[in-house]
Amino acid sequence: MATATAGRLRIPSEANTAAWFFLAPALALIGIFFFLPVAAAMLLSLTDFDLYGIANPGNTRFVGFENYSRLLRTPDFWLALRNTFYFAFVGGPLTIAVSLGAALLLSSKLVRFKGVFRTIYFTPFVTTLVAVAIVWRYLYHSRYGFFNYALSYFGVGPIDWLGDPHWAMPAIILMAVWKSFGYNMLIFIAGLQAIPEELYDAAAIDGASPFRRFWSITLPMLSPTLVFVTVITMIGYFQLFAEPYVMTQGGPLRSTTSVVLLMYEEGFRWWRMGYAAAIAFVLFIVILLATLVQFRLQKERA
Amino acid sequence: MGREGEVVSELIPAFERQNPGIRVQVQQIPWSAAHEKLLTAYVGEATPDIAMLGNTWVPEFVALDALEPLDARVARSSDVVRSDYFPGIWSTNVVEGITYAVPWYVDTRVLFYRTDLLAKAGYDRMPSTWAEWRTAMVRLKSGMSARQYPLLIPITEWPPPVILGLQAGSTLLRDNGTYGAFSQPQFKKAFDFYIGLYRDGLAPALSGSEISNLYQEFERGNIAMYISGPWQIGEFTNRLPKSLQDKWMTAPLPGIDGPGVSLAGGASLSLFRRSTNKEQAWKLMEYLSRPEIQLQFYKLTGDLPARRSTWRDSSLAGNRHTRAFREQLDRVVPTPLVPEWEQIATKVFEHGEQAIRGRKSVEKALAALDSDVDGILKKRRWLMEKQKAGSR
Repeated sequence: MATATAGRLRIPSEANTAAWFFLAPALALIGIFFFLPVAAAMLLSLTDFDLYGIANPGNTRFVGFENYSRLLRTPDFWLALRNTFYFAFVGGPLTIAVSLGAALLLSSKLVRFKGVFRTIYFTPFVTTLVAVAIVWRYLYHSRYGFFNYALSYFGVGPIDWLGDPHWAMPAIILMAVWKSFGYNMLIFIAGLQAIPEELYDAAAIDGASPFRRFWSITLPMLSPTLVFVTVITMIGYFQLFAEPYVMTQGGPLRSTTSVVLLMYEEGFRWWRMGYAAAIAFVLFIVILLATLVQFRLQKERA
Repeated sequence: MGREGEVVSELIPAFERQNPGIRVQVQQIPWSAAHEKLLTAYVGEATPDIAMLGNTWVPEFVALDALEPLDARVARSSDVVRSDYFPGIWSTNVVEGITYAVPWYVDTRVLFYRTDLLAKAGYDRMPSTWAEWRTAMVRLKSGMSARQYPLLIPITEWPPPVILGLQAGSTLLRDNGTYGAFSQPQFKKAFDFYIGLYRDGLAPALSGSEISNLYQEFERGNIAMYISGPWQIGEFTNRLPKSLQDKWMTAPLPGIDGPGVSLAGGASLSLFRRSTNKEQAWKLMEYLSRPEIQLQFYKLTGDLPARRSTWRDSSLAGNRHTRAFREQLDRVVPTPLVPEWEQIATKVFEHGEQAIRGRKSVEKALAALDSDVDGILKKRRWLMEKQKAGSR
């Protein structure tokens, strides 16, 4: 057996052609509807295309990286980035912790009516965000809202949830956690069910405490699920838009303006498409970096 | 657009009867989507023959070169009589000397107030100067609890600070709309007055979305005055309880030393350059502009007519709540006719909020506002330079 490619699979060239043939439709679709627009947006971000440019293409200038350099010099952008990080790095872990907690409770043998609770916890996820946000706006009302009413029983003075620049983001995070933990919870439940019961039995015989069992069995066995949930949640949270759009319009004092909201305003309210495209690419890079860091951390732990 | 879109369909059959051979297709779009829809229609070369435009959009569509100049048609028309319109309103449709749209209905801001609360503070009518207005508010406040306020101006609304600026004689922008003029003494005077209302507890620092039910607050006497537009007449009539109906009134806005100006808002009818039925479309615009149709439109929508002769009808002249609007409409001025205006307007209240919440001094906020506005107008400056170079 003197083949040079020992250990590597040799694919006959006809099969290769066939593979391309089968892949072609999907590749064409992705190319036309994904890579092409992305490339176009990339070009757009290097121009000052705006309302005047729509009127007359001659009013558009190629400006190189000026949009990017202006963006990096704009305090509003850094504030939006800070807000987005705040939301993702406080809201993200919180959502994961709450959903894991709920999943553990619902997987416990002591809990009855599991189906009912699962449905209840999952309901917020399938409701319309805009409608929910409007209801929450009432709950947060500083004078008539339920939260302040409940807090007043504990002697806590009224909090101006959506009107105080310090409280607005926590208020949005709280709502977002409530809204999205149900989905992660279901995935965690599925992950928990895949852990063989024998491991727990063996650990119990060895005298491991419940906490030890969670730390040494549940968490490691759940880690692929955890990676998936973390990455998906983070990517979703970096794209924060609808909650502040409906509840605060980015205020007060821009304390809830996220990068996507900023992009929406520049692009679709003021029609500065070139600038908005630059924001989109910066956000893309930020999300890409954050995801790579997460994969890296997970790999190191594994 | 909005309710107007529904109502105009009711006016169309009569027009079609008078003009056999012309068929009108009405497309309704909600206000919130209208601006974007018209812009995309322009890009897609699918603009309508006629459209209703918010009059602050006119400069933008003129910049797009989307609208047909109307001066020659207006001069020939016996239905669209320029002198019968409120001059301040008409001027919002004129960009660099050329008329691009015809006012359809008008919108301006006046004060809505509780007559009983003001009477308790010793006033039988609304004062007409800033100083007296402020004194009235201070007196009102002294009889109120800590969470009640004489005046409500949501901090996320640009019209109030802009109106005060116009009253103080500010041009808002300078050098032909290429730089902000907010640091100049006129606007600063207005801004000081505006910020002072919040600093002295005469108005609550609330954003628009934080006010859950304005009518309830008004009913409970938590606020005594509110600056708003004509649509609020219908809302106040329908939403306030019967017992309060004879206790609210409207008044023209106070000014620095006597009745002040307000905004020349409203909607206009415009003809699109790409239309292939301009003659027929113009006929429809003339029809909708007739005083009797304007009156019918008012009765259907509550939108105030743009023609002075329509206001002589008893349904308007005899209505005590529209009277203040009639008076105010003689004193309206447009905001700067530049396409960037809406964005500039949001910057006004954003920097206002910084000052209201004490994050910045008035001077610093205004300097930052001017610098932002100069940034927004950068492209406009370049275009004007280019035009100048081209015409040389």
